[in-house]
Amino acid sequence: MPDVTFTVDGKKLTAPAGTLLIDACRKAGIEIPAFCYYPGLSLQAACRMCVVRQEKVPKLQTACTTTVAEGQVFVTESPEIAQARKATIELLLGNHPLDCPVCDAGGECELQDMNFKYGAGESLYAEAKHHRDEQQWSPAVFYDRPRCILCYRCTRMCGEGMDVWALGVNNRGADSVIVPNDGQQLDCEQCGMCIDVCPVGALTSGSYRYKTRPWEMNHVSTVCTHCADGCKVTLGVRSTTDGAEIIRADNRDKSGINGDFLCAKGRFGFDFVESADRLTKPLVRNSAGKLEPATWEHALSVAAKKLKEIRDSRGGAAIGVIGSNRTTNEENYLLQKFSRTVLATNNIDHERTTDYASFARALAGHPGKTASLRDIASACAILLVGTNPTDEHPLLAWLLRTDVRLNRARLYIANHAPIKLERQARAMQGLPPNGYKDLTTILDRGETDLAKAVKAEESLIVIFGSEIRGTAIHNLVTWGLNRGPNPDSVRFACLGDHSNSRGAADMGLFPDLLPGYVPITEPGAFVEYADLPPAAGKTLSQMLDVATAGELGALLVVGANPVSRAPLNPAALKNTFLIVQDLFLTETATLAEVVLPAASLYEKSGTVTNTFGDVQIVRKAADRAGVKPDFEILVRLAEAMGGPIKGLVPFGRAGTTADLGQSRGAQSGEADRHAVWLEANGLEPRLSPFDPFALFDEIERLVPGYAIDRINLIAGNDVHSEPASPGLVPVTALAGEDFIVPAHDTLFTSGTLGRYSAALKQLEEHQAKELAKSAAD
Amino acid sequence: MSPNHPNPESIPVFSPQLAARFDALVQKYPVKRSALIPMLLYAQDEVGYLSDAVVAEVARRIGITELEVRNVATYYSMLRFRPAGQFNIQVCTNISCLLRGAYEVYERFQEELGVGPHGVTPDGVFSLEEVECVGACCWAPAVQVNYDFHDELKPDLVPGILSGYRGKAKAGNNGASSLEKKANSKEPHA
Amino acid sequence: MPRLVSHPDEVKIVSRRFGMGAEKIDRYLELGGYEAVMKCLAQDSDWIINEMKASNLRGRGGAGFSAGMKWSFVPRQSAKPKYILVNGDESEPGTCKDHLIFLHDPHSVIEGTIIAGLAVGAKMGFIYLRGEYRYLLEITERAVADAYQRGFLGKNIFGSGKEFEIITQTGAGAYEVGEESALMESLEGKRGVPRIKPPFPAVVGLYGGPTVINNAETIATVPHVINMGAAAYAAVGTPRNGGTRLFSISGHVERPGVYELPMGYNLKKMIYEVAGGIRGGRNLKAVVPGGSSTPVLLPQEIDIGMDFDQVGKAGSMLGSGGVVVIDDQTCIVEFALRTISFYAHESCGWCIPCREGTDWLKKSLTRFHAGFGAPSDIDNMQYLAENMLGRTFCPLGDAAAMPTIAFIKKFRKEFEDHLNGKPCPFAREGVLQLTVV
Repeated sequence: MPDVTFTVDGKKLTAPAGTLLIDACRKAGIEIPAFCYYPGLSLQAACRMCVVRQEKVPKLQTACTTTVAEGQVFVTESPEIAQARKATIELLLGNHPLDCPVCDAGGECELQDMNFKYGAGESLYAEAKHHRDEQQWSPAVFYDRPRCILCYRCTRMCGEGMDVWALGVNNRGADSVIVPNDGQQLDCEQCGMCIDVCPVGALTSGSYRYKTRPWEMNHVSTVCTHCADGCKVTLGVRSTTDGAEIIRADNRDKSGINGDFLCAKGRFGFDFVESADRLTKPLVRNSAGKLEPATWEHALSVAAKKLKEIRDSRGGAAIGVIGSNRTTNEENYLLQKFSRTVLATNNIDHERTTDYASFARALAGHPGKTASLRDIASACAILLVGTNPTDEHPLLAWLLRTDVRLNRARLYIANHAPIKLERQARAMQGLPPNGYKDLTTILDRGETDLAKAVKAEESLIVIFGSEIRGTAIHNLVTWGLNRGPNPDSVRFACLGDHSNSRGAADMGLFPDLLPGYVPITEPGAFVEYADLPPAAGKTLSQMLDVATAGELGALLVVGANPVSRAPLNPAALKNTFLIVQDLFLTETATLAEVVLPAASLYEKSGTVTNTFGDVQIVRKAADRAGVKPDFEILVRLAEAMGGPIKGLVPFGRAGTTADLGQSRGAQSGEADRHAVWLEANGLEPRLSPFDPFALFDEIERLVPGYAIDRINLIAGNDVHSEPASPGLVPVTALAGEDFIVPAHDTLFTSGTLGRYSAALKQLEEHQAKELAKSAAD
Repeated sequence: MSPNHPNPESIPVFSPQLAARFDALVQKYPVKRSALIPMLLYAQDEVGYLSDAVVAEVARRIGITELEVRNVATYYSMLRFRPAGQFNIQVCTNISCLLRGAYEVYERFQEELGVGPHGVTPDGVFSLEEVECVGACCWAPAVQVNYDFHDELKPDLVPGILSGYRGKAKAGNNGASSLEKKANSKEPHA
Repeated sequence: MPRLVSHPDEVKIVSRRFGMGAEKIDRYLELGGYEAVMKCLAQDSDWIINEMKASNLRGRGGAGFSAGMKWSFVPRQSAKPKYILVNGDESEPGTCKDHLIFLHDPHSVIEGTIIAGLAVGAKMGFIYLRGEYRYLLEITERAVADAYQRGFLGKNIFGSGKEFEIITQTGAGAYEVGEESALMESLEGKRGVPRIKPPFPAVVGLYGGPTVINNAETIATVPHVINMGAAAYAAVGTPRNGGTRLFSISGHVERPGVYELPMGYNLKKMIYEVAGGIRGGRNLKAVVPGGSSTPVLLPQEIDIGMDFDQVGKAGSMLGSGGVVVIDDQTCIVEFALRTISFYAHESCGWCIPCREGTDWLKKSLTRFHAGFGAPSDIDNMQYLAENMLGRTFCPLGDAAAMPTIAFIKKFRKEFEDHLNGKPCPFAREGVLQLTVV
């Protein structure tokens, strides 16, 4: 649309013809109040708050439905308009309770704010208000009709936004009421988006309501710890006697790629942090064979002594290390560096949920071919292969739905089972469960509806799930790269599980690959690592095999639960000295000699990389006395082993050593900003060895694809990374597929971690009941 | 999230005649959903009210969720979710009828039937409600009994109207299915 | 059967077949039925639209928009099918004219619908009747079936090779559905909530196709316009107000009924001569000239011609032609309460000012009429109504606000008489309670 110029309150504004006046004004910093208008959702013109005066038009017009055209003249604030808004609020308050002091939304209520700006000083209302009892629709959602202003944001968000359509409007006039789809209960995805968009206290959250006043919380913007989409989440935290607790999760900071979207896990699944099962003291197995609480010093010295002893007596090859899909990039990088340079072993792996290594290999030498979430959000055409994003990648599903709805994107789905996103799809290609290998042949033949339509697409983003591995990835990527005359028009995304599985892979938690998928055998790779063991180590399964054979001296498990993943006879590890860093006494931790209580992602700082390669900053929100971030644990472990810490974490650049006892790693973002200022002023930054950002320089410098825009990252934006080392050579010795176990998480599960969320359990039980009910109907 | 409902055809919600009528109704319109409101009204005529089973069956026939059916059904004032009497007496009290004694007529109905607004007589024969304008303003006050109009009423005419319907109720018509028969006996105006 | 009335001043055009058995197709044909549509089949669509424009036939639903203009807005070319939609959701209190059209002359509606279809290039029409009019729906359905049987509807109407289908539809109780876009929503099986305009129905209407929506009376008039010729029809009325109008005269008159009178007919004469004057020799207190949504007129304001322009000049509206006559024994507060109760009951609830405003006014008026009012209530109610006016999503809010403002302004004294525990001067036992829910 061509730009047009129009006048608002005497100011000349320019916007594309057809832009909604309310959007054009907001962009220009002219605020127009509205309850029902919500960007991205269908127009209502129901609340009548956005009325403005348009020249030569007799009645006040709603800015949410007026599209701008050349030469128009508008007034958005005048006594007449203020009176109209005042009267509308007066009318609204007629039946609305005036008990803001006890309303859960008090302090962050749009009606309250609007009344503050436009409302009348006193109420003319002398009638009895309509009353209805509050209803609980699910463990997550409560509805209080008297507070509802019928803006229909919730029904639209649920229907148009989530494609769930679980909320409706019953009755008419002043009797109108929002209703859930199962009588008094909500049978839905329990995403809580309806609560999030509610401008007043009508829809409240089961996990948050009446716990605090909003102004008592601090709000910390970080990244969700659950699935691999990497939603930005704003955690509302409040100080407690033993740290800081998380009271709410939403995304008030809408700058993230997820906008205001969060799924049930992101919104409600933070309560594991406060779980009674949480480990807060190190545990060491005593002479009676029982785990008993110990001091950090004691536990670290027991672990360090044993690791040193085995390394020095049997060599690093007798030690194994298993990393985490949820720890930060800095922690993962540090873990592999610690393993390779301190423990002297390449026996390092993580619980792979998808085949990122094959993906990187397939794209080696083809830069600019990975799709960020932002690419996907505005893609014209998407081919989705072998995945059900609605359950496993809720944000991806949200972005695809939104792209189809608002941008008329064309979605194509090739899958072995029906999935919900088919409702948005232009064409479907059913495949047998093991049929993904034939997909490229089908696409090449161009006989099916989907193949024909995909062929006609000029540009395409191909997103594939963990069913596609190894050579199948190679084939699909090769097909994509060769499909059209314009090789720039294709991008790919490979889907894994958990918040930093991509980071674990990118940071080299592989026996054969260094950070950035650089083969360990690559000449000159990571030359600055001292004494890098030259040969590839053992994979996770191989390590467990060796342990079963009694030949693995020690195993360090960081934030992983391999015993539960591949059901393992507990006796298999009886000859292995097992050290576990975790939040909980998991099946694996139960078998350990030393258990070190770790901080969750919400209690630490650093960066994570989502499955699309978007790097985001993680900020410490909560705090729990007794636990330590894995980063700090590893540094302390190395120090206890007598290793040179400076080689591991390059802190205090010009040789100044910092106090190991200081713990401001917690506030690392701040420390980093200080460092930038100090350096800019020619002063020496004094970084802590526990500050992940002390290591981030090295990651940027050494890991291919991670030389990213750091200022942008620190500002809280997602920054795309693309590890596609030109030196990658196919590694056939490790056929990656064998070691991949997808998590297959649902909307309410999140691997081992999710089991410790009471909120997610409740939601799962509620939905199971709903399912049983509708099956019985 | 609406899971597949088992086919409820095994539960006979509607008579074979009405089911056949509905089969034709969904074919009638360019878009199937246009059949929704007539279907609800005709279903109510036969069943007496929109029971959960009726809502579920109509949803199935139109291919929409029960929630969507309820969103629509609760909007329209003629549709009800509780049983009414076999003869539902709807007294218009809007302005034209008000001016010509509608409330006196309404009160007389209450007295004769011994029920209040929205009441149903114990024998289930009559129910009574006050309604908005029924489009008989020039023949006010007007009352509708089910779909029959009774114009230019006076309180004294009430007993006669009631006994007429009582006779029909006694004449062997049982419950809601009589509505269909009655609709065919063309005597809409008393 | 509803009583038919007659008066020498009537000019029977639309009502000329009332009471003559024209609901039967043979009788309708005997009485000149379906001649207009055959005339139109011999002409092109421009001719029909020009005739309609020249007739000055204005929409009989209440807004009074030129029917010919409305038809001319429909694009000639359209990717989506075009539709004719006949609004028989007659619900404005005080109005019962369509009732008689469907009862006595359903074929005139069918014929008018076909002509509208020929004019705009639509192949399908819908006749939507309010749910309460079940017996009229059955009469109309029979008429439609007869027209199909004669080949007047179907794939090859009147052997012309042209196609036209008519589908009848029932409502289920909703005044708001009389609003044209809410009517389309209802016909699509949805809640009767109006649509955002633009786009207007002529461009994006039923099922997304260009749609002409006309009141049943307007459509029933169409064949007569064609038969008489536009000029002759226009000549019956006043300038810019062509033809006749079916006036539903109700309330405190000696001979209430539906009378067909030329546009511009004097209101005073209509009440005192045509309808026989005030019942029981009482005095006139007020007149609602065009259905319950139109501002009330005082006795000294009724010496006006009943057309859209003259009634507008008098500060009210011709509306749907429902003339409600109120005698001096009537409590205006009660009348206002009954009026606003209706709008509160019928508000769809979509927008704040209408949903909350009608509810608030109803509650205030109920309390006020029951003798529990305060002096400030009168100004508050007026303030409320004035702040609903022009601010709502659709005209229903105005329909509630306009009469309220007029009642308070013109009968302030009577409102004041209800204050301070004074009993309602017109109190009758048991009439204070409103139980419509």
